[in-house]
Amino acid sequence: MTINDLIQVFLFFFLLIGITPVLGNFMERVFTGKKHFLQPVLGWLEKLIYSFTGVSQKDESNWKSYTWGLVVFNFIGFSFVFLLQIIQQWLPFNPARFPGVSWHSAFNTAVSFMTNTNWQGYAGETTLSYLVQMTGLTVQNFVSAATGIAVLLALTRGISRKTTDKLGNFWVDLTRSTIYILLPLSILLAVVLVGQGVIQNFKPYETIHTLQGSEQIIPMGPAASQIAIKQLGTNGGGFFNANSAHPFENPTPFSNFLEMLAILLIPAALTFTFGKMAGSVRHGWTLFTAMFILLIAGLGIALYGEYSGSTVVGHIPHMEGKETRFGITNSVLWATATTAASNGSVNAMHESLSPLAGMVAMINIMLGETIFGGVGTGLYGMVIYVIITVFIAGLMVGRTPEYLGKKIQAFEVQMALIALLSPCLVILLFTAFASVSHAGLSGLNNAGPHGFSEMLYAFASAAGNNGSAFAGLNANTLFYNLTLGIGMLIGRFGVIVPVLAIAGSMAEKKITPFSSGTFRTDNSLFIILLIGVILIIGGLDFFPALSLGPVIEHLLMNSGITF
Amino acid sequence: MIAVRMFLIMTVITGILYPLLITGVVQLTFPEKANGSLVIVNNKTVGSRLIGQSFDTAIYFSSRPSAVSYNPLPSGGSNYGLTNVTLKKLVEERKQKFLTFNQIASKTVIPSEMLFASASGLDPHISPEAAFLQVDRVAKSRHFSFNQKQKLRQLIVKLSESPQYLCLGEERVNVLLLNLETDTIK
Repeated sequence: MTINDLIQVFLFFFLLIGITPVLGNFMERVFTGKKHFLQPVLGWLEKLIYSFTGVSQKDESNWKSYTWGLVVFNFIGFSFVFLLQIIQQWLPFNPARFPGVSWHSAFNTAVSFMTNTNWQGYAGETTLSYLVQMTGLTVQNFVSAATGIAVLLALTRGISRKTTDKLGNFWVDLTRSTIYILLPLSILLAVVLVGQGVIQNFKPYETIHTLQGSEQIIPMGPAASQIAIKQLGTNGGGFFNANSAHPFENPTPFSNFLEMLAILLIPAALTFTFGKMAGSVRHGWTLFTAMFILLIAGLGIALYGEYSGSTVVGHIPHMEGKETRFGITNSVLWATATTAASNGSVNAMHESLSPLAGMVAMINIMLGETIFGGVGTGLYGMVIYVIITVFIAGLMVGRTPEYLGKKIQAFEVQMALIALLSPCLVILLFTAFASVSHAGLSGLNNAGPHGFSEMLYAFASAAGNNGSAFAGLNANTLFYNLTLGIGMLIGRFGVIVPVLAIAGSMAEKKITPFSSGTFRTDNSLFIILLIGVILIIGGLDFFPALSLGPVIEHLLMNSGITF
Repeated sequence: MIAVRMFLIMTVITGILYPLLITGVVQLTFPEKANGSLVIVNNKTVGSRLIGQSFDTAIYFSSRPSAVSYNPLPSGGSNYGLTNVTLKKLVEERKQKFLTFNQIASKTVIPSEMLFASASGLDPHISPEAAFLQVDRVAKSRHFSFNQKQKLRQLIVKLSESPQYLCLGEERVNVLLLNLETDTIK
């Protein structure tokens, strides 16, 4: 690594930490209905949405009807994206005349974008029309992110309110997150990205004659508008197959820096928002610190793995699956950030990373996407770990565990465990199933432990709603489209429903006043305990699987063995 | 029903109005970039500044290896893991080919990007070092005089982009632009 590499990494984290309280504070004002500077500009749009849909801002619902609204809304989104892909050949804005997508691929993609996973079984530039990309996928980019924020807000209200069953209004949360947070940031980012060279047009694909006289067809399309939200909303589904490694999607180091910052921006700032809304900014920063430590630790291991290179190909460090303009450090920093946050966009091919860097990516996903994690989803995932941590701490000292003044009882712990174990179940069982079935093995692009890693990564990515891949795996098959689609659904709703149940149960409790015996959740002892719980409960489940994949690959690679 | 109406209005706002708004703004402010940074020479479009092209004749500087042979439909990398035997073979072949094609000493350290395929398969850049290693061969095949060869070297220096805003990214040369300029050396 050069000094320049270090400066870039430092600058990145410096900005991230600096923006967190500013954006976090603004979001708190938006979500609690206080006055803020965007109201005079966009307030009319919020009102228009309420009057068109018939939503009354004052109506609040209990956890069950909040969940119901969310599920129905998501199902409509899924159906629309599914149908749009099937019938795209009869619809306008399809200059490349793509045929309808197969039903299982359409199912996979519709689930993928609805659940904020944005796993791409298809290649955008050779599969989907501009109409599908815009009105299907871009919309889900927004509303799936807003759905994540809404769930977090419901949980926050459950914690901060007392003796009520009201958790807020899903439609209001959805509208405000979209109109005041996601949309303005996306507009800004999209315009700046085009300034760097990202394309945004409705032209047909351009056929050109290269300098050497052969033909090259250059794809076009409204890319920037989708790329901006796919980065900000921790979605990650690229306009093109190569995602943010594609020069039209990420043309310069500056566009790369902004897109990378956009990955972590909102999830990081939400820790501040959460702290403020739940009545303890200090607790918000505590969660931020725990996440930050895990992120830096992962980054360190990944950089070490990448810069120690590979004896097999005899070149240190190697540029396979990386772009010249980004180099090694920016590729590794992105890979770490995109898997820590459940973004899943890539600017280098994760499959060709060194085994250690690939393993860090997998662990980031397997820890439940809680190291900053997805927009909203990361933080409610982290709160699940917090509940387990205060429960374990309570057992150790023999007191009823409390969290921010709320008693943690059997119901909360049960729900927390369901939320923790549902994704684990998908990852381990589905990978096991794929690795003994012909349909699973026939999709592999690499042999040996790396082939196993392809499957393990795929199901981790689906269950964690990440969306990145060891992309050599040919996943656009009936088997993978269905299993990964189901995995994404379990990974999404198997967490959302228990989290909302916890929110409902906590809202009904009284607030226990803080006393000298209360276990503190805002100091360094708590950070250590929390990280311990995350690594032991979240990580240890996967140790045997990781040993069969990246761990053994690392050892074999260093002995010069190939497959 | 609220859910249906909400979905409709969100689709109109984020799926139609938002992309149209962005398209309108950037077509006015950055039309050239929004339309793909196309390079036009003598009224003919010869490519995009951002999309790499395959160069295999001796008179042009070579681009990086590409898993999709610089065909953008679709883009992508090789997705070979580091323990993949095919990758090992490919790297060895590329190394030999680069050495013999450019007639350079076998001990020369070849920049990593010339041996490994890019992520997009469309990487438009190589490092200045990789360009300098090709100068002799390009000059020879074009029967350049000593002066013209000096111009070729200066061209690489001129077209080298340093890290953006002092610190972001890596130093690089755009191969298409370099080859276009090479054609103009008299």
